[in-house]
Amino acid sequence: MSELTLSKAIGSGLRRSLAADDRVVLMGEDIGKLGGVFRVTDGLQAEFGADRVMDMPLAESGIIGMAVGLAFRGYRPVVEIQFDGFIYPGFDQIVAQVAKLHARTGGKVRMPLTIRVPFGGGIGAVEHHSESPEAYFAHTAGLRVVSCSNPQDAHTMIRQAIASDDPVLFFEPKRRYWMKGEVDEDYDFPLESARVVREGTDVTLLAYGPLVPTALDAATAASDEGISIEVVDLRSLSPLDYDTIEASVRKTGRVVITHEAAEFGGVGAELAAGITDRCFFHLEAAPQRVAGFDIPYPPSRLEEHFLPDLDRMLDAVDRVLGRANSLTGWTA
Amino acid sequence: MSTAVSAKAPKVALEFESNDLVQLLDPDGRRLADSHYDPFVADITDDRLTALYEDLVLVRRIDTEAVALQRQGELALWPPLLGQEAAQVGSARALRKDDFVFSSYRESGVAFCRGIELVDLARAWRGTSASGWDPYAVGMATPAVIIGAQTLHATGYALGCVKDGVDSVAIAYFGDGATSQGDVNEAMVFAATFHAPVIFFCQNNQWAISEPVSLQAVRPIADRAPGFGIPSVRVDGNDVLAVTAVTREALERARSGGGATFIEAVTYRMGPHTTSDDPSRYVDPLQREEWAGKDPLARLEKYLQLSEDEAARIAARADEVANDFRTACKSIQDPEPLSLFDNVYATPHSGLARQRSRYAAYLEGLES
Repeated sequence: MSELTLSKAIGSGLRRSLAADDRVVLMGEDIGKLGGVFRVTDGLQAEFGADRVMDMPLAESGIIGMAVGLAFRGYRPVVEIQFDGFIYPGFDQIVAQVAKLHARTGGKVRMPLTIRVPFGGGIGAVEHHSESPEAYFAHTAGLRVVSCSNPQDAHTMIRQAIASDDPVLFFEPKRRYWMKGEVDEDYDFPLESARVVREGTDVTLLAYGPLVPTALDAATAASDEGISIEVVDLRSLSPLDYDTIEASVRKTGRVVITHEAAEFGGVGAELAAGITDRCFFHLEAAPQRVAGFDIPYPPSRLEEHFLPDLDRMLDAVDRVLGRANSLTGWTA
Repeated sequence: MSTAVSAKAPKVALEFESNDLVQLLDPDGRRLADSHYDPFVADITDDRLTALYEDLVLVRRIDTEAVALQRQGELALWPPLLGQEAAQVGSARALRKDDFVFSSYRESGVAFCRGIELVDLARAWRGTSASGWDPYAVGMATPAVIIGAQTLHATGYALGCVKDGVDSVAIAYFGDGATSQGDVNEAMVFAATFHAPVIFFCQNNQWAISEPVSLQAVRPIADRAPGFGIPSVRVDGNDVLAVTAVTREALERARSGGGATFIEAVTYRMGPHTTSDDPSRYVDPLQREEWAGKDPLARLEKYLQLSEDEAARIAARADEVANDFRTACKSIQDPEPLSLFDNVYATPHSGLARQRSRYAAYLEGLES
């Protein structure tokens, strides 16, 4: 047990995976001497050598395609995409090759890749450095998509992702890289399990990645008004842990879903449909979403209006409770 | 626009052909001496050349049969290799068992040489499965349909060979159209940087569906590779002996730590892109006629002067293989509906498991 930042917790998970299995290799841009632009791989090249922690030419499709070839030979490549918005040149290799090769070959060829993606906004960055592209990948059969929200989960989940025989898109909440927390390296849970991070009885608030701490803050604020919010950290976006989600929604009857990614066709839309399908007669109100707008990620001086925050979450909570003080919905 | 200019000059790349093309057997069946490449094929006696000729005949016969099977509704689609037999057989027969092929979709000749069962060759084109064989059993990945994507896989695989300390080589097959793809150019960057034992085997068959090679390149394609730091060679792709020689040279270079080689096998797609294509809309019949005179089989027939008995034996063997192929193809049954959900993931996925069980219940409901 030690206190680590989320960034260091992923780094220590990578270290454990590199040490445990010599078929694990890290590939990415600036991950060697620099330790990655967020220092997640800090010190790993010095420790494991440039053959295991490889700086790659600046071509995302090339890096992913090379990782596919290495996987063909039995390696477990862990690819770092430097920023969310840089993943698109590698999109074809991910959705047309990585995702489909196991099915295409009738299960003969495994693609145990882990693709690490620092994602989301809130760091005052320029264009292409604050995006949330997870829904593209959750929509793609053959991929697993996960996101961590705290140092403990980050450490456990990166090791699980690397150990998984399926390809995993691993979304890291970049604005929480410096968040500290206790990490028990032996703590374990199933990779596709959601977690109830705060129990409540009135409203279920579903979040993942960078918005989990925001959701917890919202729950604390709501409790001051006597509203009990249950916060669920989804952790896995494909598959979704409906056992945990259903249990919560059946208890509260009201659900708010939040993510930074654009609302249209986002994970929230899938959740709203899935919950309505499974829990229709338990719902007291239509599921509400608090998401990014359907616009390109804005210039950083406007990002506070784009990013779901505590107040917008509480506004949606008011809506599902039918409270008159919702600013964006109906009045009771 | 440059497009219009190149369309008017579709043979720009070919102007260089006479100067730098490796050729050991010319279209008239004359054996040309080549002090550099002759040693690479010194062991290929007339007997072994006859065996290569037999391969060419067989893969052409399988190809012809496949087109017929498509016309009869037994295959959904087929991409004919007609005209490219020597490029595929000459290179594939140069490989070792432990080498690994990453191909495109037209490489039925390569697949045949790797020992892939005829029935497995037909599966994907019949539409009964996404691919036909276990890549590890034959040292050949299942075909990549996205143009050029497999060149990166080959390069990554080759890097893995270096890491594992083995002298196996990866070979990527692709066409002239693929050379415009980012992936192919990225693969060359990565191969050069990592000194990967990979062969980029480009079959320049002059066409990407209806687009002439002049739309992809205004200089010979092989000229690009040296800019990446990769040696390249242009070879007469219809000359099985020359293709064998240049492939062996590339293999030797790769096995001895010399890294990648780019081979441009200059050939011609004598048939349509696939059985769905209509080349009469774009192919100049005179150009096709000219290439018919460079046929890979005809020049070997002229050179080998096989006895009537031997020619008859090979023809009979070809008919036998074609018949086996037809029988195998027609024997493939449609898969069970619920196999839709198989192998999407290597480990259980709860969302997919739910879909599967619901569809299973639905199907059961239909039956009752």
